[in-house]
Amino acid sequence: MDLSYTVLILIIPLFVFLLLGLFFRRIKAPLSGYIGVAGLTVTSLISFFVAFEYFFKIGMVDGAYQKIVAFKFVWLHFTSTMSISIGVMLDPLSAVMLIVVPLVSWMVHIYSLGYMKGDRGFTRFYAFLSLFTFSMLGLVLASNLFEIYIFWELVGVSSYSLIGFYYEKPSAVLAAKKAFIVTRFADLGFLIGLLILSYYAKTFDFVNLTSLTFIHNLSGIGTTFIGLSVITWALILIFVGGAGKSAMFPLHIWLPDAMEGPTPVSALIHAATMVVAGVFLVARLFPLYYFIEGGIALDVVTVVGTFTILFAAIIAITQHDIKRVLAFSTISQIGYMMLALGISKYEGPEGLGYMAAMFHLFTHAMFKALLFLGAGSIIHSVHSNYMQDMGGLRKYMPITHITFLIAALAISGIPPFAGFFSKDAILAAAFEHHKVVWFTGWFVAGLTAFYMFRLYFRIFWWNDPKYEHTPHESPKSMTIPLMVLAFMAAFSGFIPFSHFVSPDYVPFSEHMEWGLAGASVGIGLVGIILAWILYKKENDLSTRFALAFGLFYKWAYHKFYIDELYMFVTKEIIFKHISAPFAWFDRHVVDGTMNGIGNSTVWISEKIKGLQSGRVQDYAMYFVSGATVISMILWFLIK
Amino acid sequence: MERLFFYFIAIIILVFSVMAVNSRNMMRSIIYLLFVLLGVAGIYFLLEYNFLAAVELSVYAGGIIILYINSIMLIDKIGVPMEKPKGSRQLLAGLLSIFGLGVSLFAIYSYHFNQTATTTETTVKELGKHLLSYGNNGFILPFELISIFLLAALVGAIAIAKSTKTLK
Amino acid sequence: MIEGVSIYEILTLTTTVFFIGVYGFVTRKNLMAMLISIELILNSAAINFVVVNKYLFPAKMDGDIFSIFIIAIAAGETALALAIIINLYRLIMSVKTKDLETMKH
Repeated sequence: MDLSYTVLILIIPLFVFLLLGLFFRRIKAPLSGYIGVAGLTVTSLISFFVAFEYFFKIGMVDGAYQKIVAFKFVWLHFTSTMSISIGVMLDPLSAVMLIVVPLVSWMVHIYSLGYMKGDRGFTRFYAFLSLFTFSMLGLVLASNLFEIYIFWELVGVSSYSLIGFYYEKPSAVLAAKKAFIVTRFADLGFLIGLLILSYYAKTFDFVNLTSLTFIHNLSGIGTTFIGLSVITWALILIFVGGAGKSAMFPLHIWLPDAMEGPTPVSALIHAATMVVAGVFLVARLFPLYYFIEGGIALDVVTVVGTFTILFAAIIAITQHDIKRVLAFSTISQIGYMMLALGISKYEGPEGLGYMAAMFHLFTHAMFKALLFLGAGSIIHSVHSNYMQDMGGLRKYMPITHITFLIAALAISGIPPFAGFFSKDAILAAAFEHHKVVWFTGWFVAGLTAFYMFRLYFRIFWWNDPKYEHTPHESPKSMTIPLMVLAFMAAFSGFIPFSHFVSPDYVPFSEHMEWGLAGASVGIGLVGIILAWILYKKENDLSTRFALAFGLFYKWAYHKFYIDELYMFVTKEIIFKHISAPFAWFDRHVVDGTMNGIGNSTVWISEKIKGLQSGRVQDYAMYFVSGATVISMILWFLIK
Repeated sequence: MERLFFYFIAIIILVFSVMAVNSRNMMRSIIYLLFVLLGVAGIYFLLEYNFLAAVELSVYAGGIIILYINSIMLIDKIGVPMEKPKGSRQLLAGLLSIFGLGVSLFAIYSYHFNQTATTTETTVKELGKHLLSYGNNGFILPFELISIFLLAALVGAIAIAKSTKTLK
Repeated sequence: MIEGVSIYEILTLTTTVFFIGVYGFVTRKNLMAMLISIELILNSAAINFVVVNKYLFPAKMDGDIFSIFIIAIAAGETALALAIIINLYRLIMSVKTKDLETMKH
């Protein structure tokens, strides 16, 4: 069966981007939005069709899912095995992403019709959204490591331009710059890791890289460096790149600032799709991570993930900007996915963690996009990002209220909503792996419920502040995507995910651990009740509560001063003590030499410009004297 | 005898050429040049190139000098002395000339010329044959070119001198 | 060949005339005077041709013919130069080099 039509999934968004990007002066505001939505509708339908075909018709051979290279165009050919190609590869991983990415992107496109209405950069916005969708789909469909890297950078660029969408705002420009520099810095790790890995593996292709015999051969070769084999180092470096994109500690600092972008962008890029690229990358190379040197690189992933969920959840509790709360919540939830990947094993039902990571990725994309779009809807009507300016909104915005509540319940892990199933799978896998990891995950589940419902109660209950304009429900174009995503957030947990995704591509059946599930639901309820006590009605309990924590609260409120630490390291240490001497050297020695050459040329020409008098007689004189001198020299040389 | 004659001519040439480039009266300068040219013709005679000497006399002394004199009469007020060149420039040019002369003479005197003792007289007939010969040592092509050049110079000189456009 | 006169002496004479011409060309401040210097230079070159022919290759006559050409070209050149000078004089009423520097600007 010819699958090369799958390349349309990439071509349509790219075409829309080029159309809107090149003719953005011609195509006026509402039309460009319709073009974007139409393009994405087609893309989404094709993607869903491909995913359906893969899972139910062509993917399964002999009880295991296959990697199918649907389309391949060899771009740079190095050796018989090593080439950089642009291709489309289908496997359970990319098929799942083929549902997540277009669905969220589709919803965001529709939502933006209402949210961005009247914005001056409307067409530009849709152009960049299409570019992003193209790059993200390219990333998930990539058939080799280098192709993933190309799209990885493209995703970074479109994220940069969307964070800095309101480029008149200095804070947005700064945030865009920060996001770009931090992720770029991390991508350097990815690039180095990629080069090391491909140097030893002699291939970029995932089909080769993830086959077990190949990994077996690979684990023998390579030198060691500080006790670890060079392949392990390569994998750790690749994870650094993934951690940068997925905002893992300590590279998370860009994500909260990235909320300067328009809210639909936050929903699409910084909650549902781009930030899970790191998870996707690790999952993509999972056999390598698992088998090389007993999975030391995977342990790194676990540790980083586990620390990040706790760290980000604590900060999320203290923030007042609702988008920032959601941003830290995103970091924390991605930490869950990383953690789940880190603790996963390879074969059969033991691959529960891997499955759980992808499951959580799926459900999280739904409910977190929903939360962000809900927040966008709130911001749209209240015109503020801060929860101090909100309260009692349930009366004014019923649809937003209900959908937000569903999302909050989903993320808090309350059955039967989606988050319950995926988070429970993660915790079940963690319990088998290590009790500390499980306990952290379980505790953070409570924190998650608390900060989500703090947000929920603070926005929709509390007391009415004095609104200047009465808030109103958002237009249909915004509420319909909310309802669609709410439906997904409510029911996508019932998808038997283990039948579709597993590390060895062999489906297995998952068994519910009711004891563990009960424990996590219990702590979730505790968090919700605590939030209900503190934030249902206007009171000063929360302030007293914060005061009780004192210094710790202040620390958390300032995000543990990580940003300040980075600023200190870059500004005080790197800039002052390393860059400044270099700058001095450059300015005085390098430039001085160059300026000296330039100045002396000017000086000399100033002195000798009289030679160019324009008089034939002078020229004749120079000519004769020159000829004489040269003939004299020649004469003596020949003699 | 011929040697004495040569030295006499050489002195005439040198003296008059120095005077030609230094005289501040244009008309005198031209007349000195005439003497130099006569001297050159004399050398041609001594070298037994009679035809060449005749050409020199008729074209240079007869034609060009008259042309000069006519032009001077047309454009310059005779008797008004020419501007004196700057002293430093004179010195510089003089030094340059002496230096160049030194180098050239040094080169000439340190080179050994293979002088042949035989002498053959060149007749006008031979010269004419050579000029119009198509053979290996023939000069028909340059000869024709020179003819065209002279024609062009003639037409050009008339055309340029005739134009009556004035500045402003 | 002149009895008792070597090629060196004649070459000395022509070289001297040549450099006198150069001196004149460089120092003179009047177009006509510069032309006169050029005539000197041309003549010294013409004599050189003839002398070398006569003393070193008497059987040939290339030098002789070249001298004739030089004279012809000098005649043409002088005619043209004088025509230009006359025209120039009509335009700016001067043949001094310092008045002819407008091209420089």
